[in-house]
Amino acid sequence: MADLSANFIGIPSPNPFWLASAPPTDKEYNVRRAFDAGWGGVVWKTLGSEGPPIVNVSGPRYGAIWGADRRLLGLNNIELITDRPLQVNLDEIRRVKRDYPKHALVISLMVPCDEESWKDILHRIEDTGADGVELNFGCPHGMAERGMGSAVGQVPEYIEMVTAWVKHYSKMPCIVKLTPNVTSILPPAMAAKRGGADAVSLINTIKSVTNVDLDHFSPFPMIDGQGSHGGYCGPAVKPIALNMVGEIARHKDTRGLPISGIGGVTTWRDAAEFMAMGAGNVQVCTAAMTYGFKIVEEMISGLSQYLDEKAMTLDALVGRAVPNFVEWQDLNLNYVTKAKIDQDACISCGRCYAACEDTSHQAIAMSPERVFTVKDEECVACNLCVNVCPVENCITMVEMPKGALDPRTGRSVGDYANWTTHPNNPSAQAAE
Amino acid sequence: MSNSPLTPGIVPNRLPEATLAQNFGDHIAPLDRHEARVAADRCYFCHDAPCMTACPTGIDIPLFIRQIATGTPDAAARTILSQNILGGMCARVCPTETLCEEVCVREVAEGKPVEIGRLQRFATDTLMAKGVHPFARAAATGRRVAVVGAGPAGLACAHRLAMKGHEVVIYDGRGKPGGLNEYGIASYKAVDDFAQAEVAWLLKIGGITVKNGMILGRDVMLADLQRGYDAVFLGFGLAGVNALRAKGEDLAGVADAVEFIAGLRQARDKGAVPVGRNVVVIGGGMTAVDAAVQSKLLGAESVTIVYRRGQEKMAASGYEQEHAAAAGVRIIHNAAPVAVHGDGAVAEVEFAYTEDRAEGLKIGAETFRLKADQVFKAIGQTLAGAPEGLMVQGGKIATTGAGRTSVAGVWAGGDCAGGGEDLTVTAVAQGRDAAEDIHAALAAKG
Repeated sequence: MADLSANFIGIPSPNPFWLASAPPTDKEYNVRRAFDAGWGGVVWKTLGSEGPPIVNVSGPRYGAIWGADRRLLGLNNIELITDRPLQVNLDEIRRVKRDYPKHALVISLMVPCDEESWKDILHRIEDTGADGVELNFGCPHGMAERGMGSAVGQVPEYIEMVTAWVKHYSKMPCIVKLTPNVTSILPPAMAAKRGGADAVSLINTIKSVTNVDLDHFSPFPMIDGQGSHGGYCGPAVKPIALNMVGEIARHKDTRGLPISGIGGVTTWRDAAEFMAMGAGNVQVCTAAMTYGFKIVEEMISGLSQYLDEKAMTLDALVGRAVPNFVEWQDLNLNYVTKAKIDQDACISCGRCYAACEDTSHQAIAMSPERVFTVKDEECVACNLCVNVCPVENCITMVEMPKGALDPRTGRSVGDYANWTTHPNNPSAQAAE
Repeated sequence: MSNSPLTPGIVPNRLPEATLAQNFGDHIAPLDRHEARVAADRCYFCHDAPCMTACPTGIDIPLFIRQIATGTPDAAARTILSQNILGGMCARVCPTETLCEEVCVREVAEGKPVEIGRLQRFATDTLMAKGVHPFARAAATGRRVAVVGAGPAGLACAHRLAMKGHEVVIYDGRGKPGGLNEYGIASYKAVDDFAQAEVAWLLKIGGITVKNGMILGRDVMLADLQRGYDAVFLGFGLAGVNALRAKGEDLAGVADAVEFIAGLRQARDKGAVPVGRNVVVIGGGMTAVDAAVQSKLLGAESVTIVYRRGQEKMAASGYEQEHAAAAGVRIIHNAAPVAVHGDGAVAEVEFAYTEDRAEGLKIGAETFRLKADQVFKAIGQTLAGAPEGLMVQGGKIATTGAGRTSVAGVWAGGDCAGGGEDLTVTAVAQGRDAAEDIHAALAAKG
């Protein structure tokens, strides 16, 4: 079994699977169960300032998107930060850390945007023996209306300012949790780095309305006939998160900044993908909320097996795909593939035909006997047929060898060349 | 309980009431809402779907399944019923394993088709439970059409004609409408008096009068119908039964399987229907299976189907054969009855082994005997009582196009007419298409 023990910005943990700051990490009882179940680390649900505790709604806090068999694909929540007194949380954190010294225990924080508030809370956290803090600049609902959460995360100057306070008043490692509710994830990440953050974690949830109740005409989750936007998470957000993680990992100004990957991690494979895209570890929430803490066993066994099969260390996996994550203009325009249908595997459903004929390039022929074949002279290799085919590997994209004649363009397949040098690119000609 | 499976002779009450209730309950459980959505999700929404082509009524199966998947089963039902007004019964009795589900790409790929039949039942049951009839009549045309037979063909024809604004009178020989849906289908396939409920629901379209107990040629003559109506549709089925042509066929205890099945359907108390201890069913089709399985369900100790040709020639589908086997019915192939033995009542049936040769079936010299106190003949029904003057071909009323007979103004469909298999769904398609043709012909007459 591959060694999965991880060290993220100086915080060791038995494995790279942490539970994200969220309902599952709200209190001692859950966190002890999580560590006992095998989770490597926990980011304690966000604490706020001393004072009257937060009040949550007493109607539904979650909305969801499902597949046909009620497989949960996306979850949306309007729960706020912890609604338990600060001191209760601090006492519990101290006890848990004492009993689980080898597990990572990071505390998520969200206090008003003034220096005193941050200074005060940091000292209290340090007293608990926790391993680090995560600054919640991400939550897009509720707290954002009060000038916290994503309201901070959307203003790079605030991110930098608060991060600098945290680094000034505390020696603890500091992770800045970013909101995806921005046009580009790079300015917030750069601001965190400038402020001295040890790492960023992303993504927090995405502003969302999961559905509209068509009888009450209210967005969901519905509270007494009304709905407010929530934060979206779960498998559905993974593609968005992967892109943002990769963008930070590859950019020259943020390259090397440690990343804790969050967003729809459900299986070991998701975790491995985030790590290949540059995440040093991953944080999980929705999968645990859907299936319980036990899923970490599959994540541990799956990632171990993968690393063993690749004869790779965990560290070697981190960032492995980043050099291959490029801009569109860097893609090889002389790479030519054609769809190929395996007639033995084909079950003649005709979905490829309908998709190609109705919505794409009319590159699939259908015979009266329901035999489907690709017309190479029309196929632009868009991959839609592969994606809609219900049989895995029935349709594949076959690369044309160099020098072969592409019947669609009438040109032979050439060497690597991208848009920056393409004759149709006005900028390329101007550069000559 | 007075009797047991071991009681000799043909007797009632072989099984306790509770067991009978279970045996004759819904054969295939209906899907609930969630099950239906999961089952619907398996449909790939194929392009030019093979299932649709395989359906004799051409139901847009991918569309109705998608309508179920998106939570609109009523719309799904309308999709079904617009092609097949008896979609509710067909969902229960169609041999889907040899029609839509046989060609489902998931059957081809995984041996597990989308459960089209059960999904169809879910949709039609959902709509029918609301008691609404989804179609309205067109403005009255003033035309009148006589339909002979209130079975699937006649009902489908009548409904389509009524929808077009014509007035329809159905003449049916039996006491209740429904035809084989009411009298010819195994009880566990159409529980809760479904056939009658469906007819009542179908008639809600309006403009259809059903006259029961009217037999063509006895109570009503074709010539009278031709005179009194603008068109006539014949869908009276096959009233005759083939004979065994074996010595001793007239012994007590030898009966027609269709009579047994009909009697059982009509019996409120299944226990009151007498059945033999040792039952032999002769034939290889659905009727044979239905009679044999139900004999077993009534508590017969041993039930054997004997078919004169090989398994591959049996008209009953593989699924039905398995169903029989699972019920405890033994199936013997390649044996033909040569004599029925007994003193006053049947005691044994003697069979000869056969050889199915290219030049015909050869009855061998070697014979064997099966103990039997009850024998059911299920060797096919025949056309009986076809009016004079209609051309008959291959034992069926000859038709061209959409059910046009050799006599102008007279159409025919269902089992009594040529073309297609003798299935409920085929009868529905023929009745519907004849109605469209009648409508076009009446419109052309101006």
